[in-house]
Amino acid sequence: MALLEVSDLKTHFFTRDGVVRAVDGVSLAVEAGRTLGIVGESGCGKSVTALSIMRLLPTPPARIVSGSIRFDGRDLTSLSERELEDVRGREIGMVFQDPMTALNPTLTIGTQIVEVLQRHFGLDRRPARRRAGELLAEVGIPRAHERLDDYPHRFSGGMRQRVGIAMAIACEPRLLIADEPTTALDVTVQAQVLDLLDDLRRERRMAMLLITHNMGVVAESADDVAVMYAGQIVEQAPAAELFSRPEHPYTEALLSALPDLEDLEARRSRLTAIPGRPPDLVDPPAACRFAARCPFAERGDCCVLEPPALRELRPGHWIRSAHPASERHLSPV
Amino acid sequence: MTPPLLTVGDLKVHFPIRSGLLFDRTVGHVKAVDGVSFEIAEGRTLGLVGESGSGKSTTAYAALQLLRPTAGSVRFDGRELTALRGEALRQIRRQMQIVFQDPHASLNPRMTVGRIVAEPLQAHGIGTRRSRRASVARLLELVGFDPSYTNRYPHEFSGGQRQRIGIARALALNPKLIVCDEPVSALDVSIQAQILNLLKDLQRDLGLSYLFIAHDLAVVRAMSDTIAVMHEGRLVEQGPADDVYLRPQSEYTRALLAAVPVADPERMQQRKAERRRPKAAPGRA
Repeated sequence: MALLEVSDLKTHFFTRDGVVRAVDGVSLAVEAGRTLGIVGESGCGKSVTALSIMRLLPTPPARIVSGSIRFDGRDLTSLSERELEDVRGREIGMVFQDPMTALNPTLTIGTQIVEVLQRHFGLDRRPARRRAGELLAEVGIPRAHERLDDYPHRFSGGMRQRVGIAMAIACEPRLLIADEPTTALDVTVQAQVLDLLDDLRRERRMAMLLITHNMGVVAESADDVAVMYAGQIVEQAPAAELFSRPEHPYTEALLSALPDLEDLEARRSRLTAIPGRPPDLVDPPAACRFAARCPFAERGDCCVLEPPALRELRPGHWIRSAHPASERHLSPV
Repeated sequence: MTPPLLTVGDLKVHFPIRSGLLFDRTVGHVKAVDGVSFEIAEGRTLGLVGESGSGKSTTAYAALQLLRPTAGSVRFDGRELTALRGEALRQIRRQMQIVFQDPHASLNPRMTVGRIVAEPLQAHGIGTRRSRRASVARLLELVGFDPSYTNRYPHEFSGGQRQRIGIARALALNPKLIVCDEPVSALDVSIQAQILNLLKDLQRDLGLSYLFIAHDLAVVRAMSDTIAVMHEGRLVEQGPADDVYLRPQSEYTRALLAAVPVADPERMQQRKAERRRPKAAPGRA
């Protein structure tokens, strides 16, 4: 059994303008010691998925309307807030996108890390402080023990993200959820932070759920990849397979819309844009959600009449489309 | 050969660091731009890359005289801009426009799309109300924005559509040079490609020159003829795009290129191994 198993998760937002189906039937599993990357564009529901797992969404307007989230056999959706507090930070760590807003600007970072250790391990101040210094050293902050008394604004963006990571791993969680952990960082710093996360995961046999909009970041760090579109996972496969043999028209389109750093013809050629935009999640089409932008969906196809089911095309390669790349030579479905 | 459209020579922008409660004293300078030189030929694109704080945007603002440079020269279309003041500067600015990064912050939320795009024309007293309305429709059509929406407000549109409005506004005065300051970094990949293609098409059709600023090296490569790499206020490398990408000369450019994640796990493994082998990448973490 996987460490984290999410099945048929539906998280909806009840707003004045209607019910926004931000996450609409997501199932995924993260095995111990492995990294699952969730990629997708803004509004596809990847962050809401992460926040649902941690039960960190404001209720109302958000509500998990159905589905289960099993972590190590326990269903997180049925835990009380009190019980959840023992899971958050302790068993599931979280790294957020913006290291400036994720840290409290009025407390020294030492105080903030010590707080976590005291809350979950009941350590005394002195050993907790020593441990906090070790953690900062472990995430590569120079003169770690001296820097415990500094406030967050004294750190650069990359260093602040390292502090955030130190806090997230302080209690040796078995799962780390990283939501766009490098989006606010420059590329050289991003590379360092991704390397750090990778090392930590290996050393501690941590599982990781990596959420990002950046295809390069998943290609670099994830073992398995789930592509999300309009609240649903539309394709999922091991990373090497997904990038070498993408099946879903959306995944293919995303990959070809990316400018290639090593393309000699890049200046002279045009990029392959995806026409249109994602559907409104208040009233999503009762069909394939990508159909309106899909180059293969034609009028009268079953995928424009009813939503295609998620099916396993090859072992471990799941897809939600009537027109996977490997079936296109066949007669239309 | 025709002379370049824009020539920037030894440009410096230093900001004073002030201290003291009663008496303002200058205790030092931040050398945001410190001796930058480059040229942009007509119809060509110079890509300016570098990490945050390297001075890319300040360089562009100083070139447009939106910020007065501390020293150096900026020649545009044969005229020295740093010496120009008042009306003369205003007139030449028509030739140089800018597209900003954030399509949310750079459009006035209380103006309709039509007024936003017409504003440059109005400010320079070009045309009548009626002819301006026709110009707006033509401009919007040019950037692929439905002209029937001219009476709507920016918040009613997505990021990509808003960026089209910003581009239409930049085109209103028929400029020769457009500074694109991170024009797609707030956009999703699928929309980013639409906007980059639009910028390419406009350049081809209108013969525009671009100073294209971005931190995404793959995006810059797709847009630029020449590349300048900026680091801590200076250009550490400059040359034809293929040279810079294939045979980077400076250590900094090499590290920058090695750090870019590419969407291919196999290539990524190699890049990662290479990256980890030599000394740590520069740039503060």
